[in-house]
Amino acid sequence: MTKAEFIDSLIKNLNGLSEEDIKKSKDYYEEIIDDRMEDGIPEEDAVGGLGSIDEIKDQILTDVPITKIVKERMKPKRALKAWEIVLLILGSPVWIPVLAAVIVVLLVLYLCFWIVILCLYLCDFAVFVSGFGGIIGAFAQSNGFNTGMFLAGCGIALIGAAILLFFGFTKVAQGMIFLSKKMALGIKRMFVGGKEK
Amino acid sequence: MENQMKRGLLDVCVLAAIKCEDSYGYQIVKDLSPYVEISESTLYPILRRLENSLMLTVRTAEHNGRLRKYYHITEAGLERLKTFSEEWKELMTIYEYVTREEKND
Repeated sequence: MTKAEFIDSLIKNLNGLSEEDIKKSKDYYEEIIDDRMEDGIPEEDAVGGLGSIDEIKDQILTDVPITKIVKERMKPKRALKAWEIVLLILGSPVWIPVLAAVIVVLLVLYLCFWIVILCLYLCDFAVFVSGFGGIIGAFAQSNGFNTGMFLAGCGIALIGAAILLFFGFTKVAQGMIFLSKKMALGIKRMFVGGKEK
Repeated sequence: MENQMKRGLLDVCVLAAIKCEDSYGYQIVKDLSPYVEISESTLYPILRRLENSLMLTVRTAEHNGRLRKYYHITEAGLERLKTFSEEWKELMTIYEYVTREEKND
């Protein structure tokens, strides 16, 4: 692939980002390819060594906020005509509630995600507190030594379980955050790329 | 190495690469390559991130009839490097403790 072909493909793949973001990426990769070629690397190798366009696209998208991408995608590419504005106003009872519903659903999904993580840690905390309850109960109860030992044993076991669960839940939370990032990248990819601007 | 940790380390490495003098993308990758695995594609989002968090500034200068972007570290960037070296001292203490335990086993 030549430099021109690479840059052309990059621009097509970043279609959907703001003009400024696309220009910055284009300038950066043009400069890198020029520097590589100046260093004696043949054009094809200078381009090939950068990795695939898909990888580059993912690297760029990772740090661009999803809201910025959606906003850019929804922005009209040209000034609206009078009849289009009238149509938008007349259609507002339909599209405003639909848009609001989509925003609320996304917000709820985001909240659910963090609530699940919060619940995991709250459960763990509850197990930990129960363990303490068991130990305190062992001393406070008046049913004899055996019951006290049983309660204390249960308490210690629960505290142990809580400590183990903490590490387990942390792994689960990390996995969920990793998945959410992958999902966010997937959503961004849906909005970016495709036909040439 | 965990992704988050690697990401933070790469940020610091890039700042360190421009600490003494302004540098450009390709040169930064060449300077860092012996120490850390980094490519031009990995560097791009790091530079954007550091620019957005005001740890570096960008200027454009002419080079061989074309434009090249040079990155300059800011006070905030220098401060980040300072914080890193302090944090690293703490990490080294932990590292020594962990490896000493391994030797005892």
